[in-house]
Amino acid sequence: MKGMPDMTTAIETKNLTKDYKDVRAVDSLNLTIYQGELFSLLGVNGAGKTTTIKMLSCVSSPTCGDAFVNGMSVKSRPTNVKKIIAVSPQQSAIARNLSVKENLKLMCGVHGFDKEKTSRKVRESLGSFGLSQVAARKAAKLSGGWQRRLSLAMALISEPKILFLDEPTLGLDVIARSELWETIRELKSKMTIVLTTHYMEEAEALSDRIGIMKEGRLVFCGTAVEMKAKSGKDNIESAFIEIVKNASKGTSKEAKA
Amino acid sequence: MASFSGRTFKEILRDPLTLGFGLGFPLVLLLLLSLIQSNIPVSMFELNTLTPGITVFGLSFITLFAGQLVSKDRDTSFLQRLYTTPMKPLDFVLGYMLPFFAIAIAQALLCYVAAWILGLEITINVLWSVLLILVPALFYASLGLLCGSTLTETQVGGLCGALLTNLSAWLSGIWFNISMLGSVFEKIASLLPFIHAVEFERAVVAGNFSTALPHMLWVLGYGIAITALAVFAFLRQMKKQ
Repeated sequence: MKGMPDMTTAIETKNLTKDYKDVRAVDSLNLTIYQGELFSLLGVNGAGKTTTIKMLSCVSSPTCGDAFVNGMSVKSRPTNVKKIIAVSPQQSAIARNLSVKENLKLMCGVHGFDKEKTSRKVRESLGSFGLSQVAARKAAKLSGGWQRRLSLAMALISEPKILFLDEPTLGLDVIARSELWETIRELKSKMTIVLTTHYMEEAEALSDRIGIMKEGRLVFCGTAVEMKAKSGKDNIESAFIEIVKNASKGTSKEAKA
Repeated sequence: MASFSGRTFKEILRDPLTLGFGLGFPLVLLLLLSLIQSNIPVSMFELNTLTPGITVFGLSFITLFAGQLVSKDRDTSFLQRLYTTPMKPLDFVLGYMLPFFAIAIAQALLCYVAAWILGLEITINVLWSVLLILVPALFYASLGLLCGSTLTETQVGGLCGALLTNLSAWLSGIWFNISMLGSVFEKIASLLPFIHAVEFERAVVAGNFSTALPHMLWVLGYGIAITALAVFAFLRQMKKQ
């Protein structure tokens, strides 16, 4: 496992399950993610990745089972969990008529930062994400790449211990994607990152470990090298296709390393 | 909550369409109807009768803007991001609604300033009328929150932009006596809050507070009921997320 700083558990799910009416979106998910790890969740549409992120970030309640974030249950201590996590949703979740700086200030405000801390954090975020040049510009006027960068800066301004990135590069051009990859690489080991993506090369380039979901179940968990070895394929995309095609229901495996 | 309500306020005021319709359109109506009044005198178009009605009609745009903002925030995942922060449900509800009270006051003030320029005498009752616009504003802002929590942005545009503004225009007795539409419409209008909101504001401007009270209770009842429904709907969609 490359770049894994320690083996302390950051996230642990125990038979985590979510039902929507008659559809089981996540089915008895057992998964352990370690502190400082960048863990990618892969799967075709409807595999249960986003639902898993929603449950781990206390937006959606599990139907049964539980998940523990830094040892705190998402069911019984969601307020405490919310204090140490941040989410960058699939779309650029920004206030469009506010400037870049105002968006960052807004996030400081909702996290209850005082004036001095707000001023410092906004200054730091503008600097570290290269947003200073567009600080006064309305968020709606930014390009897709800049909006995504702002979205990520908004997620990180609260100094989370765990960051959820839901398809962070979806819809971005090659240059913007590569720039965002660089930003994510810089964040690695500073915090635990859980990333969902449809881009296999993204998962391979950034992740310490990869989990593949199919029909709500975890059908593979390991490194990109292990993924290729298991499938007998020499590229990550073919390995993913092979694993998903061969996975049948009931093959969920315990994802502890 | 202060940060979030500040954001709601800025989002509304920085939208040129919002400013145009919310603040400009009622003023245009006031001006046009006053011009008609100056040529063909109609008692309903006298400024002390017309202006309170226009201030209430202007509130229907608040429903539209509130609904569209909430709906858009749901659609763009902006709310999803905020749900993962320590914000409480009450922070969301107040953060959305409070700025619209300030906008309602500003809207009413602007209408009365325009009416003053056109010749309306400003009395203490006019100031009461501006302050008490908050009573119908509760109904209109909570209706926006309710629509935004349950409908898409396009649906909000159709329902609040077309249906509500028409209901508010036709069943409020602002520009014609509702009895002209017949007893059925008159009965329907008296059951809905629009005409009571207008009559309430008119009575306050006239200084007839005893006449204003039953109308205020009617509008307040609607306001409280719709607020309860809106909070329920917002929390429900929050849970569904």
